[in-house]
This record gives sequence, C-alpha cells and structure tokens, in this order.
Amino acid sequence: MRLNKYTLTQHASGFLINVFLIIVSLTCVFPLLWMFGSSLKTQSTIFSDMSIIPGAMHWENFYLAWTKGGFGVYFLNSLFYTTIVVFGIVMVSSLAAYAFSRMNFPGKNLLFFMFLAAMMIPLPGSFVPLYVLVNNVRNVLLNAMAASTPFLLKVLPENFVYGTTSFIESQFYPRTAYILCMINVGLSFSIYMLKTFFDRMPKELEDAARIDGCSRLGIWRHVALPLAKPAIAVIIIYNALNVWNEYILANLILSSKNLMPLQRGLMVFQGEHITQYPLLMAGMTITVVPILIIYLVMQRFIIKGITAGAVVG
Amino acid sequence: MGFHLAEKIKQCYNALHNATPKQKVVGTVLLLAALETVFLFFHDSAVFWILAYGLVTLALIFLVLANIIKKSLAAFFFVVPALAIFSIFYIYPFFKVLQLSQHAWDGISPKMVFVGLSNFVEIMKDKIWWVSMRNAGYITLIALTFQNALALALALACDRQIRAKNFYRVIFFIPPVLSEVVVGLIWRWIYDGDYGFLNYTLNLLGLHQLTHNWLSDPNTALTCVAIIHSWKGFGWGFMILLAGLQTIPKELYEAARVDGANVWQSFKNVTIPLMIPVFVLVMILTILGSMQAFVLILSMTGGGPGYHTEVPVTRILASMQGSSMFGYACAQGLTFGVILMMVSFAQMGISRKLKQA
Repeated sequence: MRLNKYTLTQHASGFLINVFLIIVSLTCVFPLLWMFGSSLKTQSTIFSDMSIIPGAMHWENFYLAWTKGGFGVYFLNSLFYTTIVVFGIVMVSSLAAYAFSRMNFPGKNLLFFMFLAAMMIPLPGSFVPLYVLVNNVRNVLLNAMAASTPFLLKVLPENFVYGTTSFIESQFYPRTAYILCMINVGLSFSIYMLKTFFDRMPKELEDAARIDGCSRLGIWRHVALPLAKPAIAVIIIYNALNVWNEYILANLILSSKNLMPLQRGLMVFQGEHITQYPLLMAGMTITVVPILIIYLVMQRFIIKGITAGAVVG
Repeated sequence: MGFHLAEKIKQCYNALHNATPKQKVVGTVLLLAALETVFLFFHDSAVFWILAYGLVTLALIFLVLANIIKKSLAAFFFVVPALAIFSIFYIYPFFKVLQLSQHAWDGISPKMVFVGLSNFVEIMKDKIWWVSMRNAGYITLIALTFQNALALALALACDRQIRAKNFYRVIFFIPPVLSEVVVGLIWRWIYDGDYGFLNYTLNLLGLHQLTHNWLSDPNTALTCVAIIHSWKGFGWGFMILLAGLQTIPKELYEAARVDGANVWQSFKNVTIPLMIPVFVLVMILTILGSMQAFVLILSMTGGGPGYHTEVPVTRILASMQGSSMFGYACAQGLTFGVILMMVSFAQMGISRKLKQA
C-alpha cells in the first residue's frame, strides 16, 4: 500500500474512531463487571479491594442473597409475573389485532385510533388513579367476602372458607391486579405491531382454511398465529423486558414481601440493609443476568422492536 | 336502523378525518371545555351520573344488538378482551384523573371535597413543583445535547465500520435494557463519597482536590443524575440514528465525492438534510422520555439532597404517598401531561415547517 498523505489521515482517523468506540463500550460494560466482581467480595474487603476480580471469590454471597436476602422469592415472583403478563398480552393483542386487520365491524377505525392515541398521549402520574382503582376494587371485594362468609360457613368447612378468603385477599387479588395493569401497559404497542404485520400477510392461506371449514377462531389459532411468529417474538421480548424492569406499579400495588418482584425487592433490600453491599450486588447480579442472557440471545428481535416502536412514536 | 347509524358514524368520522389540524385542535379544546362545564355544574347530582352511565350502557346494548343483526358479533368477541382491559385500566383512570383533580381527597375517607380549580391554583404557587420542573428541564437539556451528540457521533462512527457494527450495536444497547433501579443503585455506589469507585480513581490519578461527595452535594447531584440518565439512554438514539443513516443511499456520497466534496461538506449537504425527520423523532423521544424519567432518580438520590434532584413525577408520587393528597397529585399529573403535549405538538409543528423548507 502506498503511504501518501491521504491514506495516512485515513488510518489515523480510523484509529481514533476505534479508540472512541472502544472507550464508550468500556463504560457500558464496566459497571456490570464491577457489580459482579463486588458481589464476590466480603463485607470487609468490599471497601478496600477495588479490583474487578477479587482475590478470594465468595460465591456463598449468591446463596445468602437467594435465601436470607429473599431474592429467591423475588426472582420467582418476577418470573411468574413476566410469563403470565407476556402470555396474556400475546393472547389479547393478537385476537384484537386480527379483528382489526381482517374483520369488519362498526367503530373499528375509531377503536383502533383509540389504542394508537393511548400510545401517543403522555399520561404522567397515571399510577395515581390506577392505585385508587385497585384499592377501591379491593375494598369492594373485601366487603363482599365479609358479607358472604356467614352463608358460606353453613355449607363449607370452616378451614376452607377462611383459607380461601385469606388466599384471595393476600395472594390472588394483588397478583391479578398487578398482572392486569401490566397487560394494559403493553397492549397498545402490541396491537399496533401485530395489526401492521397481519395487514402485510397474504390472505390466500386463510381463504383456503375457511374453504376447508375452519372457524374464525380456528383460522386465528392455526393460520394467523403461526405465520405471525416473527412479530410475536418481538412482542414477547419487548414486553418481557418491560415487565421484568417495571418498578412503580409493583411499588404501589404489591406491599407484602412474598409478592414482590425483583426491582421492588432490590429497593426494599437497599432500604433495610444499606450496609450489606456484597449481598445487594449479588441480588443485582441475579436481577441482571436473565435479562442479559435473553438480550444477547434475542438481540435481533429487540432491535426490530425498537425501530418499530420508534416509528410509531 | 343499525345500518343507518353505522353510516352516520362513518360520515362524522370522515368529517373529523378531513378537518385541518387547526380545526382539530380547536374542536378538541371546545369539546373538552364543554365536558368540563357540564362536569363542573352537575358532578354531584345523581341524575348526571345516571344519565351518563345510562347513555353509555344504552349505546353499548344498541351496538351489540345492531351487530347481531349484521352478524359481525364474532369480531366483537375478538376485540372485547382488549377493550375491557383497556377501558378499565386506561379510560377509567383517564377520567378519574379529571374528577380527582378537582377534589381534595386523602385516599381513605369515603367523602371527597369538591374544590374546583383550586388544586391548579395551588400548583401555580407551589415553589418545589416549579423547582422540580426546572430540574426535569435541565436533565432534558443535558440529554438533548450530550446524549444525542454522543449517539450521533457513535452512529456516524459505526456507519463506516462494516465489520464491527453489529458488535457495537449489541454493546451500546446494554444500558437501555437494564432496569432503572439496577442502574441507579450501581451508579449510586460508584459515586459514593467514601467508598465510591469514582473518588478512588481520582485519588489514584492524584486528583485529590476533585474528589467529592457527588450525590449529596447540591451543586453536583443533578448533573450526576443527568449524566447517568444520558448514559442509560444514548443506546436508543444510537439505534434509531444508525437505522436512519443506513437508509441513505451510498451513491449520494459517491456523487458528492466525485463533485469534490470533502467529508464535512458531504455530511452537511447529504447526511443532515436527509436525516432531519430522524433527528426530530429522536428529539421528541428524548424530550418525552427525559421529562418523565423518575425511577432512576428514586434509586439514585430519592429526590435529595433537599429538593435538588426532584422531578415532576417524583413530586406526584410524593403528593400521593407522602402527604396523601390524591386530588393534588392528579392535578399535578394533568398539568404536566398538558405541558408535555404542548411540547410535542410544538416539535411536530417545527418539523413540518422544516420539511416544507
């Protein structure tokens, strides 16, 4: 290669650009590495030993965080909420999107426009009325249960009645309320995304299925859903990240420790044991690792979702 | 009959659809004003609520009946689950905010006291609210300049590198997929005055005079939060800008080079004009996102020291959780929502002007 002035400046600028990119990449990764390194230190070394790879690895921190720190419960809760919410969103939004794309009914455009508007109108502090709603319904539910208990006691065994009512009050209701709220959060985007996908899909396959005697629901289940797999993958990833990382509604709706997901658990742990840094760091690693794995495996779907979401907004 | 009504609705819808933007805005404002007046006068009479709910119920029953006739009920079953969740968790809260913003209510007592617009008057006088507004504006300003400049620089750098592009794309999007709680807690510790990594590094480099209690000093806390917000957010801008850059045909750059343009000239005359829609999009997303960011602040500083890192949404949360003023919290939310709407409308107007020019 001839080394004239032009190629020299080209090489120099290429080198500088690479240095710049590498420095920014390091700042993106460094906090995570440091968090992981710190989770392997002890309470006494964490403030003195600033290295990323500690001398002695204390893997038992993860065990302690999982059991004593309560992160095992939080982790399972997060997993529970994320799976159910994502499943719910896929079901509800694909049904609605299929109707918006393929069927005719009065008010169709108006309804679809409503979902679009919900995506675009910013509603800061929408958690206030949601909290009020969840609270009011809880009160109604508690009153109804209290009123019906005397009758139920006459027909059913006592243990069963009290067990069921306390289960509904402490477990079933808060979890359901949180799940429904979170389904609503992801609904508009998912409906929009799937509707545009269905619109671009050829209708011939569905016609063939209809001629073979498939019902509307059957076509949705056996033709439309399998064909929409790429779009559904985007929706699953996008919403899974969203639910896993959600904090504020979990903060307002779920008040008992055995209901909390990870983000809420982290804040509670941080408030209660501000000095137990290694366990906190271990808890944070437990929170981050599943997200990172999903992200690295599925990143091309995530990137698609971002560009789609950006075009909407 | 049903068919007739559907036609009428269609006509109204078409009329709305063909209105100019100005007419739409004026119409919406007038409609809201009319609703508000009716609401103000009749909100505590039972007849009003019976009429309102009765009309809605009748309309729904009528629609369902009309649809049995038209045999499109199947479609309704497809939409009903989504519609039910949406109306309970989006439309109801929307109107609940309107109602609560005109009441004083502690969230527990069965009676709400109607106070009209005095919640909004109170907001105008609330010094901390406007401080929080200014803080959010500051964070947004840093995000608009620092974060977007970084995102653009990285996107331009990656646009040329074909081999490593995917690698950097994966790395730069790691901060956005992390939760705000985790990011806040990690950086809170890095910034820590006594044991933080930042001060440790500064000491190591011999810059003792720069070590600082970063998050408890009123002078630096907000900037630190804003920088971390930008760190968490630049991946979004990077992705969208890179996607935009990739759509620019390479022939245009070649043509520019043949015509003798240098790098800067081809950037100025080819890249920027073609990227203006993308720039506007990124700016709107940045403004809406940064103004409403608050979980990061909760986990980093909790609004402190004093009120130096409070933002509007943390104030709303504080009015609700801290001082149990639900009506006031809703009024704050409404005010802030209207301000955000105005900002994004202004942005869209500007972008339309730019497109015409």
